[in-house]
Amino acid sequence: MADNSIPSDGVEGFLPGWEMVVGLEVHCELKTKTKLFCGCANSFGQEPNTNICPVCLGLPGSLPVINEQAVELAIRIGLSLNCTVDKSIFHRKNYFYPDMPKDYQVSQYEKAINENGILELPLSKKTVRIERAHIEEDTGKSVHVGGDGGRIHGADHSLVDYNRAGIPLVEIVSAPDLRSAEEAREYVTELRSILVASAASDGKMEEGSLRVDANVSVRRQGSEEFGTRCEIKNLNSLRSLTRAIGYEARRQVALIEAGERVVQQTRHWNEDQGITSAMRSKEEAYDYRYFPEPDLVPLEPSTEWISEIRTHIGLLPAARRERLTALFSDVSSGPVYDQIVTAVGLGLDDLVVGAAENGADPRLALARATNEVASDIGNLPRLTIEKFSDLIKLESQSKLSATQAKTVLGKMLESGADAAGVAKSLGFEALDSTVIEDLVDQVIGSSPKEWERFSSGEDQLAGFFVGQVMKLSKGKADGKIVTSLLRSKRS
Amino acid sequence: MANLAKLSLSEEEELMYTDQLGAILDHARDIMSLDTDDLLPTAHPLELKNVFRPDVETASLSREEVLSQAPASEDGRFLVPRILGEAP
Repeated sequence: MADNSIPSDGVEGFLPGWEMVVGLEVHCELKTKTKLFCGCANSFGQEPNTNICPVCLGLPGSLPVINEQAVELAIRIGLSLNCTVDKSIFHRKNYFYPDMPKDYQVSQYEKAINENGILELPLSKKTVRIERAHIEEDTGKSVHVGGDGGRIHGADHSLVDYNRAGIPLVEIVSAPDLRSAEEAREYVTELRSILVASAASDGKMEEGSLRVDANVSVRRQGSEEFGTRCEIKNLNSLRSLTRAIGYEARRQVALIEAGERVVQQTRHWNEDQGITSAMRSKEEAYDYRYFPEPDLVPLEPSTEWISEIRTHIGLLPAARRERLTALFSDVSSGPVYDQIVTAVGLGLDDLVVGAAENGADPRLALARATNEVASDIGNLPRLTIEKFSDLIKLESQSKLSATQAKTVLGKMLESGADAAGVAKSLGFEALDSTVIEDLVDQVIGSSPKEWERFSSGEDQLAGFFVGQVMKLSKGKADGKIVTSLLRSKRS
Repeated sequence: MANLAKLSLSEEEELMYTDQLGAILDHARDIMSLDTDDLLPTAHPLELKNVFRPDVETASLSREEVLSQAPASEDGRFLVPRILGEAP
């Protein structure tokens, strides 16, 4: 069956009678100053091969020494995921590929530093088991020259940049507990928030700080046995993740329904075509000839050190959600809870909590944060809690209408200016209530018949009067004030 | 074994190394016959643990110097022959 006969859109609810089973391996670059085993800088976007030394080039005679901060950040991740943190050792994973000049990658194979944790999904309220979160080094980056569009097949030769070789990674391996592409997305979103909150990683998927491999299989609904799985490599956005998982599950169902078998293999996701394709048959573990790394000694973190590291972990997403939830009465689900999850996922919770502390209406602050601020999240650093609080107050005091407040907030994010200044420059100065009253009287005077009908109880005419006042005021009057003036004049 | 290590060996060499590796395996079998139930696995011959380096940047090498040691380079990168397999 040709791969392209399977539609690639949609991610949910398309497998009647089938269940998908997904486990994720998330590779997370640690936010250290230097690499895992040498003092070369850990920084993104440098000129190729400028952060390299004898250790990360694997030159003869060079010896690795592990970065203490990388171990601390790995332990922070383990503690944040409720793992058991224990002694661990390193292995060499041997292979023939030029992305590691040593021809092996140092990783934790038999005994990971963090094992047996859990992660709770906030929306689906599901507990996902974490099998392990181990330390390893990242590999170099290859560019394939010639051939078709930079793909490896048909390339004339490849060019390698070793700046990334030796950057500290933690690979977080989940149990196969996820049952939909949406759950997978929720898992990565929550995990990302945890990594950022514990200051272990910057969580930037677009810079490759988080890369996901997805193990996907399908089985008939009600079946206890797992199907044959395929591993999709290197998914580097949430959109790719959900699309690739959806496509892959559908491909496997189509194969089985056509009487064929799923072959266990590693697959590549093609974002443009929206399909996965086979990379190579999965190598058996012994092909990597793992053996203990003789140049590194075991890690055995003391309970004192682990306790100290625990105090370095910031407020985690679950606690952040509780902090927001406490601002409202009784929200454990529903639209406000969804907004709370979004706010924490996007790191907007400090803004909302800060605004509430400054006396702004928390519900309005949450709404503006998760809509207007979220849609321009790149400019978040320009928005201080004080300026945001002022805007929310202007809106809840009806000095700005909802539409005006959204526009002002948009400009504040662009320029970093304060709310009152932006409102003034846009001519959004709130009309004095005496001015509004004059306008209301003017409209009543020019529409006596409508006023009579409104006065005798035809409430729907309120809209007509508000509209007329808005027109006269060029949209600056606050609708709520106009309505209350109309009602008080009627009685 | 030669395949895994990507070595091309002559038939003579294969015989010689098979003998030698066989002797090593025999030795390993001898050791396996010992009773080690009460012993913990040794991860490292030295009684060392937690050897750390502070997270402090040190100077990297000059790119020109490094690339001049490589058989070929292009655009500041190491040039390698076409790769047939994908990365692990």
